[in-house]
Amino acid sequence: MKIVVAIKQVPERDAPVRIDAAGRWIEEADLQWALNESDAYALEEALQLKEQHGGEVIVLSAGPERVGSTIREALAKGADRAIHVDCDDLGQRDALAVARLLSAAIQPDSPDLVLTGLQSDDLGYGQTGVILAELLGLPHASLILHVEKSGSGITVKRELEEGWFQNIELPLPAALTIQSGGAKLRYATLMGIKRAKTKEIRRLTAAELGIAAQASITLDRIALPQKQKTTQILTGTAQETAAALVEKLKFEVRAL
Amino acid sequence: MSGILVVLEDRDGRIGRISWEAVAAALQLASTVSQPVHAVVFGADTSAVAAEAAARAVNSVLRVDHALLKTYSSDGYTHALEQLIRARQPEYVVFPHTYQVRDFAPALAARLGQSLIGDVISIGGGPVFTRLLMQGRLTGAYRHSGGGPCFVSVQSGAFRSDSVPGGAAPIESFVPTLDTAQIRTRTGEPFRAGAQTVDLGSAQLIVSVGRGIKEAENLPLVQDLATALGAELGASRPICDSGWLPMERQVGSSGQTVAPKVYIAVGISGAIQHLVGMKGSQCIVAINKDPDAPIFEVADYGIVGDLFEVVPALTAAVKAAKQ
Ligand SMILES: Cc1cc2nc3c(=O)[nH]c(=O)nc-3n(C[C@H](O)[C@H](O)[C@H](O)COP(=O)(O)OP(=O)(O)OC[C@H]3O[C@@H](n4cnc5c(N)ncnc54)[C@H](O)[C@@H]3O)c2cc1C
Ligand SMILES: Nc1ncnc2c1ncn2[C@@H]1O[C@H](COP(=O)(O)O)[C@@H](O)[C@H]1O
Repeated sequence: MKIVVAIKQVPERDAPVRIDAAGRWIEEADLQWALNESDAYALEEALQLKEQHGGEVIVLSAGPERVGSTIREALAKGADRAIHVDCDDLGQRDALAVARLLSAAIQPDSPDLVLTGLQSDDLGYGQTGVILAELLGLPHASLILHVEKSGSGITVKRELEEGWFQNIELPLPAALTIQSGGAKLRYATLMGIKRAKTKEIRRLTAAELGIAAQASITLDRIALPQKQKTTQILTGTAQETAAALVEKLKFEVRAL
Repeated sequence: MSGILVVLEDRDGRIGRISWEAVAAALQLASTVSQPVHAVVFGADTSAVAAEAAARAVNSVLRVDHALLKTYSSDGYTHALEQLIRARQPEYVVFPHTYQVRDFAPALAARLGQSLIGDVISIGGGPVFTRLLMQGRLTGAYRHSGGGPCFVSVQSGAFRSDSVPGGAAPIESFVPTLDTAQIRTRTGEPFRAGAQTVDLGSAQLIVSVGRGIKEAENLPLVQDLATALGAELGASRPICDSGWLPMERQVGSSGQTVAPKVYIAVGISGAIQHLVGMKGSQCIVAINKDPDAPIFEVADYGIVGDLFEVVPALTAAVKAAKQ
């Protein structure tokens, strides 16, 4: 199976978020970056399918030069080659415009399977994979935990709410958005890191793909959320705050 | 182009709460843009749900009936709604942000050259649509521009379902053209993974642990606190995804919904999918080193600090208080 996995580089989870001077995005200067969480599971699923059925895993990422480090991480984990859509204007693109870039980059490869993460941890649109399916004219399923080959197609396990699941059968080629938690993630080995250095990373620009930065949705400004409750923050040393909380739980909440 | 379509979902023949919330959102949008609201129901025979929708303050109800819409499929719903939208030319299309909507609405919007503004928590003049970014750590204000309808989905719990007044709306039918070959996927019946042996739903006290715990080896720290309190141990999703605790201890939209007397969240950031599972708790305590963590937005008591210092101190204080 030829599998394309779309991977996004996002700010590291514990990174401090500071709103930039224009109030339209966060300060990116001293952020640490990482592979988006559900994309790591999408990559894992692709690598396991390749181990079982053979084929090729191609990772695809759109973003500025820095996303090269995330691409190399994926290559070190076992992806065969990569496509980097080099663009600095992701901020001016909505989910559809990003998906147009990715779709144009995927098309020449005509893969059997296109995998994306369910949702990006920064913008959190939860849309790109489903839009990609539409643009590529592929059937799709979302929120997928596991993929199994069955005859000429695949059977996938979809997560529903509150601990329920369902199976969906799809013909190939198809697109899937992968939810976290379906498989155990692998680490890159030293050998993998070494091998990654020789693997192909093809660089393309939005201009080469002929996709302009246009958007019907714009992010005007960002802010800190408003509180729903008035929280009593207990202050002091660990011992003092612990004692204060026990007092509250005992005498105000009456739970001890 | 004018009007607001609000697409409703039913469960077992009744319109769900989150769909009424979407109607509330559509009515609020209607008051800022002065346009009528039309409710849309889907299925093989929608007479009952159409009647239920028509008893609320919408301008009309549109029944979209077809044998191939009896069960949900992304292809079926996308084709049917595309035809309805092309026929009615609405300016806005509002959805509840359900698992079903997130499965097809982005494709539908793309087919009409648009991007969906998903998971909206409030609507202001302009109109400006607010949604969460960075896992709930920030909010973003979005606008739609250019030609074509504006697609919006609204987050569960963000609008008041009981704010939708009664009414007596006329019902119209819309019959889409669909054939079996257009539906490319086959969907199986829902099933559960295995027997649940932990019932967090009836627990009085819950201590829940999140990724702040860093390593599986550190879990006993939180387990000790739960034991001292006589509480059940819960967890956020990544803890269960990593296999550190079984999935039946997961609190949140894809795990269990809990409402104990006291819920103590240790090293949990407070993403919306976690909050929906525990925000009904009577008293919420959050222990987190990040003062801006969204969990503090719903907490009654907060301790901003390192859980590796606070939790052992708390366990000791609880033990002392119980002697
Ligand atoms: C469709 C869908 C369904 C989902 N369902 C669920 C669900 O049912 N339940 C669920 O929980 N999530 C669910 N999620 C995932 C959810 O979006 C979040 O990713 C998850 O809740 C984050 O878990 P966390 O708070 O433990 O981790 P993080 O977000 O990584 O937060 C860790 C927190 O620990 C704090 N911390 C770190 N070190 C320390 C320290 N030493 N002392 C104190 N604090 C510290 C950090 O400040 C941070 O706030 C779902 C997501 C999707 C898309
Ligand atoms: N710039 C990008 N480059 C590669 N993949 C992306 C990009 N943006 C989004 N994706 C993919 O689409 C998924 C969903 O993203 P989103 O729709 O932003 O929540 C991510 O998990 C990635 O797999």
